[in-house]
Order: sequence, then structure tokens, then C-alpha cells
Amino acid sequence: MSTRTHMPVGMEAIQEKGWVRAHKYLLLRRASQLLFLAVFLLGPWFGIWIVQGTLAGSLTLGVLPLTDPFILLQSAIAGHWPEWTALIGGVIVLVAYALIGGRVYSSWVCPINPVTDAANWLHRRLDLPKGWQPKRSTRLWLLATVLIVSGMTGVIAWELVNPITMLHRGLIFGAGFVWAMIIAIFVLDLFVSRHGWCGHICPVGAFYGLIGAKGLLRVSASNRAACDDCMDCYAVCPENQVISPALKGKSGSTPLILSPDCTTCGRCIDVCAVDVFKFTHRFDDKVAAPTDPVPAPDPRAARPI
Amino acid sequence: MPFEGKPLSPQRRRFLQDAARASGGCVVAGSLLAWLARDARALPAEALRPPGALPEEAFLSACIRCGLCVRDCPYDTLKLAELGVDAVATGTPYFTARDVPCEMCDDIPCAAACPTGALDPALDNIDDAKMGVAVLVDQENCLNFLGLRCDVCYRVCPVIDEAITLETAHNERSGHHALFIPTVHADHCTGCGMCEKSCVLPEAAIKVLPARLARGSSADHYRKGWEEKEAKGGPLVEGIIDLPDRLPGPGTDNLAAPGGFAPTYDLPGVGQ
Repeated sequence: MSTRTHMPVGMEAIQEKGWVRAHKYLLLRRASQLLFLAVFLLGPWFGIWIVQGTLAGSLTLGVLPLTDPFILLQSAIAGHWPEWTALIGGVIVLVAYALIGGRVYSSWVCPINPVTDAANWLHRRLDLPKGWQPKRSTRLWLLATVLIVSGMTGVIAWELVNPITMLHRGLIFGAGFVWAMIIAIFVLDLFVSRHGWCGHICPVGAFYGLIGAKGLLRVSASNRAACDDCMDCYAVCPENQVISPALKGKSGSTPLILSPDCTTCGRCIDVCAVDVFKFTHRFDDKVAAPTDPVPAPDPRAARPI
Repeated sequence: MPFEGKPLSPQRRRFLQDAARASGGCVVAGSLLAWLARDARALPAEALRPPGALPEEAFLSACIRCGLCVRDCPYDTLKLAELGVDAVATGTPYFTARDVPCEMCDDIPCAAACPTGALDPALDNIDDAKMGVAVLVDQENCLNFLGLRCDVCYRVCPVIDEAITLETAHNERSGHHALFIPTVHADHCTGCGMCEKSCVLPEAAIKVLPARLARGSSADHYRKGWEEKEAKGGPLVEGIIDLPDRLPGPGTDNLAAPGGFAPTYDLPGVGQ
């Protein structure tokens, strides 16, 4: 335990790398989220029609259809076989996220992400207890429930409550009381449950995690030998159960964060003062040679339960 | 006692507990969702779906709420329902005839824009659309029913003389005028709402309602005798004796007698 452990999260990275480099991927992500919102808003606000529609289904430049595959799946289970336009759009999105990594959607596109990020930032600043922590698999259970309810009621069930499409559509077409729902999620993540919505509940994130489980874009703890156990990456990571296998794995184990839960947000890269992490592809499992002449001891084997 | 002497596995216990907790949570969450789904099907009567929309139950399984139909509607007729503001299922397209009716574009751009087929692409003639059925709901306030010649609903109807006709009737009040009754023929009415939009009254006397409210249905076994007779070209039952009609006039037994029936009008051949 060093004094650094007691510094505010990310402070050391700012001191070492400067504020901009210590927020590089955060800034890029906000830019990406804004871009995805802006292309949809250019039409209704300024009459520049690049993209029509919403995240549920859209048409880009009048030719490229894109459809949310999770909504299409619910629709098919509810008993409607979609027309080709929607099917093609769904396949394009499905293939894209399967290749890149499903939860890229969660951290680089989803409009709810800034809301829950803000809630978590405040949660950390106020040093609140983590609160209700259901299992990470809760979202998979909910995903199954949504599909079953779609089949039983014949209604695309998650779209009745999905805050992602509601917020996105609300900004583009008129919000109604969507803001109340957004506040509810903010409060949930701030006071009730740390990383509650995106990390435990949201079945959309669970769905994208499943389809992109073998995605190419990965974060690697390739320089894990340099890790000084400051724990900042664990503090900022919305899915911090994914870090340990890569960062604290035995020598010889892959430094890649291969868990499909990882949203590839890159916050761990930002806050690491010694640059342990980097973006890479899933076949790059090189580990940087330790700069420290004395090799770190292998972590102890976990005790059997 | 099969378990005696064999320690129960804590993993097994934990698995059962977790499974029970997860399925319990799923049942609660699923019930809430199902309740919302049932709620979503309650489409208000004044909310009309775009042309070609599948029947409401199928529509909610097909519409992904993308808003592309709204974007391609050139008259800003369609809008997406907003959460907590409109009683329509959130994010689904609808229009209110009294605000902006459907202009019945020939190329049906809204249906063409629908990526999923929630608006049926098989609809190729807008005159075949069935968004609802106009019903003259208030005969007491309709100006034409009062004997005036408003006729606005009839004049604005895009399917004039087929979907709405003016049927003449005797004006009992004045005694010597005609009433021109706007009469909707549901087979031809598309439910576009032009009539409702144009009704000059502060609250429209003619309204477009969903077919489920606007229409009754004939029983399968009903036959219209006069149609069957015409199709057959003769009486349906052979050998029926045609009894003389008991008309007032000379030679019949229901006139002239004191207190008997005496018409105030002249029948042909009477009183010669």
C-alpha cells in the first residue's frame, strides 16, 4: 500500500500524463456518443438529412438500412417476420458488432452511457457505498425474460421500457416524460446500486455482449509487469470483474481482457499512470518484458472453496 | 435417510438458492412487462394508425418504433407517441384526424418507408387503406341533418360519392324540403379523416373511429331476400300465393267507415 492508493482516482495519471492524455479515451468516447446523436439530430434540427430514424431502425443517406438486432429478435419471437429492409439492416449491425466487439455499443454509442457515467462519477466523488449488487448474470436472466414475455404477449416487450431508444427517440422526435425515466436511472446508479443499470440490469447490453463475445477489439494488460497496484483501473471500470484475469494472471496467461462484459471503454488505459493497458486486437497476446530486473512473484493460487 | 452421514454440498445449496432467487426476480419483472404489454394494446379511439398498418395486436409485434414513416410523411400527419403524454404505445406512429388528417398520397410514402412491414408493403392503392371508418356520430348537431346544406364532409372526401354520398330524405320539420344526409359507405371509406378535420362544428359531428368501434357485422348465415331473388330471377319459393294487398280504396273493408283509416294524401286511383 502506497500513499498513491489514497490519492483520488486518476490523479496520478493526470500528474504523470497530463489531463488530456489521462482522459483521452473518455473524450473520444464522448465525441463518438455525440457524433452518433448528432447525425440523427442534423435532420430534424437543421434539415441536413444524413440519417433518418432512431437507434431502433434508421436509414443512412437513403440507402443504408440499420436495425437493432435485439428488437428484431423480439419482433420475430412476438410473431412477426420482418421485411427484408429490416432484416438486412439487422444483419449489418449484428455482423459489425460481432466483429468489433458487442459492448462497444454500450460505451461508444449508447446515449444512456453518459447518464450512468455521470452518476458513477458523482457516486465516486461522494464516496457512497456500492449498495444493491445483484449478480452480473441478472441481465442475462432479464434478457431471457424479455424474450419470453415478447413471445407470450406478442409485443416487442423491452421497447415498452427501453431507456436507450426512449431517450434517443425522445431527443429526435419529442421526449414526453422520458426525462423522468433518465432521472430514475441516474438515481439508481448514484444511490441504490453502483453500476446498477448498465452493469447488472440492462438486457440490451447483455445482448450485445453475447453477440460480440468474440469481437476483435480488445484491451490488453500487456504491460502488466509495470502494475503498481494503485487500483485506479478497478475504481473506474464499470465491469471491473473483467480486469483481474488479464492483469493478475499468472505468467504465461493471456494479458487480453477477453470477458464479453468488457465494454472496451478504455477508461483503464486513461487512468493508469504506468500505461499497463492498451487497445489491441484479440490475437495480440504479447506481454511486455518487465522493466523491473526482479520479476514480480507469481500470485498465490486461490484457496479452494 | 439417504442424506445421513453425507454432508450437503454448499455449492449445491447455493446454486439452488441463486436459481430460486433469479427465477423469482424474472417472474416479477416479466409480469410487470407483460402488464405493460397489455396496457400498450389499448389504442385510444381517436388515435389512427398510418395506412397499411397491421391490426393492432400484430402491429405491436412488428413496429420497431424507428419513426421512418413519420419522416417520410410529407404533411406532418404522423407523429410518434410520447411517453406519458399520448395514450398510444410509446414511440409508435399515429395521427389524430381532427388535427392533421391523412392526405392519402398516391405513392403511400409512409408504408414504403417502413422497414419491418408493420405498415403492409402489399398496400399499393391508397383507396384500399383501412385506417378507420367515418361515422356521423352526432345527428342532432350535424347541419345537414338539420336541413341545411353544409355538405362540407361530403365535398372534402377524397373518395367523394363512393365513401360519402348525400342521401335525400323528407324534411319533416319544414314539410316541404329535403334533407341531404351524409351517408358513409364503409367499403369505400379509407378512414383518412378529411371529413372529421373539415366538419365546421366546434366538435366534429362526423368522426373517424377504428373499425372495431365503427362497425357491426352481419351473421354468416344471413341472406338478403331481395338480393337472392334478383340473383335467381324469380321467387325463391315456388307456388307461393300472392295475396291482395290491403290498400285503402273502394272495395276494401278498412275505409270510409266512421273512425276508419283516412289518409291525408291521395293514393293513385283513390277517390275517383
